Amino acid sequence: MLASVDWHVVWVRVAHPDHAFFIALTRTVYIAVIAQIMGVILGLLAALMRMSKLRILRVLSGIYVWIFRGTPLLVQIFFVYLASNQLLGFTLIPNSLNGGFFKLDGAIFAGILALGVNEGAYMREIVRAGIDSIDKGQMEAATSLGMRYGLAMRRIVLPQAARVIIPPLGNEFNNMLKNTSLLFTIGVYEMFADAEIGYSNSFQPTEYFLGVAFWYLVLTTVWTFIQAGIERKLAASERGEELSFRERWQAAWNPARGGIFMRSPSR
Amino acid sequence: MNANGHFVSLQGVTKRFGDLEVLHDINLDVSEHNVVCLIGASGSGKSTLLRCINLLEQVDAGSIVVDGQPITGTKVDVNQLRQKIGIVFQAYNLFPHMTVLQNVTLAPRKALGISRDKAEAHARALLRQIGLEEKSDEFPDRLSGGQQQRVAIVRALATGPKLMLLDEITSALDPQLIGEVLELVRELAQSGMTMILATHEMSFAREVAHKVCFLDAGVIHEEGPPEQVLSAPQEERTREFLARVLEGGRL
Ligand SMILES: Nc1ncnc2c1ncn2[C@@H]1O[C@H](COP(=O)(O)OP(=O)(O)OP(=O)(O)O)[C@@H](O)[C@H]1O
Ligand SMILES: [Mg+2]
Repeated sequence: MLASVDWHVVWVRVAHPDHAFFIALTRTVYIAVIAQIMGVILGLLAALMRMSKLRILRVLSGIYVWIFRGTPLLVQIFFVYLASNQLLGFTLIPNSLNGGFFKLDGAIFAGILALGVNEGAYMREIVRAGIDSIDKGQMEAATSLGMRYGLAMRRIVLPQAARVIIPPLGNEFNNMLKNTSLLFTIGVYEMFADAEIGYSNSFQPTEYFLGVAFWYLVLTTVWTFIQAGIERKLAASERGEELSFRERWQAAWNPARGGIFMRSPSR
Repeated sequence: MNANGHFVSLQGVTKRFGDLEVLHDINLDVSEHNVVCLIGASGSGKSTLLRCINLLEQVDAGSIVVDGQPITGTKVDVNQLRQKIGIVFQAYNLFPHMTVLQNVTLAPRKALGISRDKAEAHARALLRQIGLEEKSDEFPDRLSGGQQQRVAIVRALATGPKLMLLDEITSALDPQLIGEVLELVRELAQSGMTMILATHEMSFAREVAHKVCFLDAGVIHEEGPPEQVLSAPQEERTREFLARVLEGGRL
């Protein structure tokens, strides 16, 4: 019954959440960001391995994707946090990481690792589709000029492939923001954990879960706008604006010209 | 220069794609400062032959020697070889996300380690020669096909190659743009650049070539000076091919 809901609590959870909640929110965001970056890097590596001349690398890349897309994310999270140290025989997941100015809880570390590695398996397909979409002549032209494969990949193929990679990458990050909630199960104090603890102290499930749902919606909505902004910047302007598509693209990559990516111009 | 005095020398080169034998026992010598034209129908193997010479394709049998160095064995430094050889493709293959100047300077800077200032000065000088210096900061899609192809030639020249491979570089161009590209190739030929070009432009071949090779189904059926191959072909197949080209109004 709606009447039994304490709307004041809902209002507080939505509009005036406490400090602990903001810490949890921040944690959700940085876990998602770091795990996504990790996923992109692993996806790129796995995609390059998939295209390698060496059979062993292709096979490894295939096994990676097969395992991480074929098992539940929740199982992977538990496996990394609880089973990896035992399995590997060394401490992959420490109780806590202390890097001087930053401290990381072992569970958070495990969570980021699990989410990132899982994400890499999905990113591999996205990166590969992006690279495949670039005409083979681009790589041939670059290597014919005496550029090494890696250099040609980095300077010629990947910048063009990024245009194809970025829209699905944005969707992946939307998923990532939501998937961080699974980390509550290994004791990471993120947004969902905050709601869960609030609920178990108060037995007010509607109030707390409505509140946290609202904040997930805020995060994903903000991201949707950011993503739309990025895509607008990259999108072809065949409508004939003052900038050609190439110039927009160039501008997007070049921080000196107001670009969106943290990429230092190579000198 | 190789022992028998040729800059490029192919011996018994054979290339297969699966079961399809695309090049069969090709022998071809190109002297320094000479221009060799490959003619032949679509699918006869012209592109494949050019691609074998800069190792975009690996040959299955035979040997290729460029500038005195065998390139078909193991332990060949592919990147070093390719810096000696410039190749220009039918589809230009300019880098669309880079300006004209960046297209031309990238390989000299990143593959040869030339400083940015030097590379840009050289690139601008080359672009000036072809009358495109004011397009330096444009992106390729703002240029006409003829301009793009001339930039592609300049890009290939910027690494200082000793041999140029041109693969039907005017085939994708509107007829009125072909002239400006051929003019540039003509100047290159006059400057003494060693070149191998696959072309359908028979009158141009007649004008610049020292030697014309007629390829059919992966075999060089006839080769010789252009007057002979193009005007008085000995082989029936060559005559048929030339007759077909003539009908197409390409001469
Ligand atoms: N990568 C490849 N894989 C399989 N077959 C190929 C490949 N590249 C070329 N071929 C085949 O090799 C033959 C020769 O092709 P090639 O491109 O060298 O001919 P060409 O003389 O350059 O023709 P065109 O005048 O149309 O450019 C054709 O039958 C072509 O289908
Ligand atoms: Mg061809």
